[in-house]
Amino acid sequence: MALNIVVCAKQVVDPETPVSAFRIDADARRVVPAPGVPPVVNGFDENAVEAALRIKDGTDAAIAVVSVGSGFAMDVMKKPLSMGADQLVLVDDEAVADLDAAATAYVLSRAIERLGGYDLVLCGRQASDWDNAQVPLGIAETLGLPCVTMAQKVEAHNGGLVVERVLDEGYQVVEADMPALVTVSNELGEPRYPSLRGIMAASRKSPTVWTASDLDLDPARLAPSLELVDLFIPVTDRQCEMVEGEDGQDTGRRLALRLREEKLI
Amino acid sequence: MTGAALGVLAAGEWTDGRLYPGTGELLALGRSLDCGEVSVALLGDAPESVCREAVSLGADAVYTASHPLTGDGDADADVSAIAQICGQAKPRVLLFGKTAFGAEVGPRVAFRLGVGAAQDCVAVEAEDESGRVVVTRPVHGGNAMARLRFPDADPKVAIVRGKAYEPLAADGSRRGEIRRVELEPPVVRTRRVETVESRSAGVRLEDASVVVAGGRGLGGPSPFEQLEELAGLLGGAVGASRAVCDAGWLDHSYQIGLTGKTITPDLYITVGISGASQHMAGCSGARHTVAINKDADSNIFKAASFGAVGDWQDILPSFIETIRELVES
Ligand SMILES: Cc1cc2nc3c(=O)[nH]c(=O)nc-3n(C[C@H](O)[C@H](O)[C@H](O)COP(=O)(O)OP(=O)(O)OC[C@H]3O[C@@H](n4cnc5c(N)ncnc54)[C@H](O)[C@@H]3O)c2cc1C
Repeated sequence: MALNIVVCAKQVVDPETPVSAFRIDADARRVVPAPGVPPVVNGFDENAVEAALRIKDGTDAAIAVVSVGSGFAMDVMKKPLSMGADQLVLVDDEAVADLDAAATAYVLSRAIERLGGYDLVLCGRQASDWDNAQVPLGIAETLGLPCVTMAQKVEAHNGGLVVERVLDEGYQVVEADMPALVTVSNELGEPRYPSLRGIMAASRKSPTVWTASDLDLDPARLAPSLELVDLFIPVTDRQCEMVEGEDGQDTGRRLALRLREEKLI
Repeated sequence: MTGAALGVLAAGEWTDGRLYPGTGELLALGRSLDCGEVSVALLGDAPESVCREAVSLGADAVYTASHPLTGDGDADADVSAIAQICGQAKPRVLLFGKTAFGAEVGPRVAFRLGVGAAQDCVAVEAEDESGRVVVTRPVHGGNAMARLRFPDADPKVAIVRGKAYEPLAADGSRRGEIRRVELEPPVVRTRRVETVESRSAGVRLEDASVVVAGGRGLGGPSPFEQLEELAGLLGGAVGASRAVCDAGWLDHSYQIGLTGKTITPDLYITVGISGASQHMAGCSGARHTVAINKDADSNIFKAASFGAVGDWQDILPSFIETIRELVES
């Protein structure tokens, strides 16, 4: 029987937006996307898609990608399909547009349940916008799944799961029974590039779109559990003293002498 | 859990008969919140000396819970243990350090108790007027800071970044109560098969007072030998940007930044690092940053006190040689 894998993916502001182009609307407490910089699929979620595809490379598996939000850029969100995922499910509704981690975990859990049987839920370790690293943990708690975080390698066979997880120093091999949830880190390796064939296939697929009412959500659980009271850009007013020499060699020497003058070395 | 909750419970960590430094930081933060008893939970079979160390660093009470499965890296067991201790201590605020343990167990305990959690906090404060708890945390890779206010429900769970608070000076005359907690046996659904440690020799990056780090601009792994040499001269440690670790030039344990290590050296020397916000998120606590980069507009110079613009291949050799002369004379 095919292994059913669900990957949770989020559309985010491009985290590689140059610092100088990063803007916020302090009154609305929102980030204003830089003009001309399209959103992306959260990088760690692409790592999770890659982890799913590597499992599928070796065994019979079906991959559904699920996302919660609104204002999806379809060409962006279709990227996992063009990489090789089978299905894209978008919970696309203003009511779920700006949820916090707890509420997002709740809605994703409902969506995963609605998808039917699943063996493995894969998530990125964190989203690069709010850097919360909580949604996957919330899904695991809500669905009552064993949870393994920070994977650099995921193998699934015969109902069993073997995960190599990144530690501060080194790694650890962990096993669990499925169904289970695993969060994936960038140490897994680069996500594959969509092939031309993949892009063509993805262009013919349309996402399954659900609204909040399709999931029969409890409105009380969509309210934020923490209130965002302020969003601001930190000011760094360090003055950098540029050390210049006649050439590189002289610059290096002067830099060292300057640090000695300041008693830094 | 609402209403009568009082005090602060810190989820402590210890190893080899010592508390983690971060636990002392949590206790200091707990005292600064000034909302009642400050207690600490120590999982595993914590020896009395570790409990007393926690008391000397500010704990009024120590909850110890020694089920063989807890405190040993099985999150299932630790989530269950901390949730149970929380049920007894009934704290207003539950603190974790931003460690592998805290970043996973903290939010999971919060979900289990039906309350919110805040990850990666650099400040946790009680608001003057209302006494409500507000945290500050970097978001968007450190490009912005968010302040978030907890609702009334207790406990308020905050996972706190290392070195954001100074531990108190140890005071051996402080008194504290040790409370042993009987745990419901936890159900652990994951099985650890093998742990492979790759601890690098020498000073730990997180503890080093001098860090020398390289980025993609170094072009490959071999220039890191020169950084090792420089770090050796200064008694420091070598680190790297994520680009370097992703390229496989160095192991991920060298990575500094939001998703790597947080460092707080007196002197941070960067070579060929652009200073992306996610990198700076891990080194903004450096006292002095020195940058060598060929791009004068590079973001790294905005955080640096001293900079040199140019190709590292021209600058670094004489920089290292001069430092050698200075430290060896
Ligand atoms: C969610 C998320 C988390 C992340 N976490 C981290 C993290 O924890 N740590 C981290 O470091 N990054 C992290 N990143 C990545 C980060 O955004 C940057 O991509 C990364 O830090 C860039 O590394 P770099 O500075 O080495 O490379 P680049 O940005 O490519 O910079 C290379 C620099 O080298 C200079 N250079 C090139 N050649 C020379 C030369 N010959 N001489 C001198 N200078 C030269 C260039 O001018 C440039 O400034 C994260 C990204 C995301 C999205």
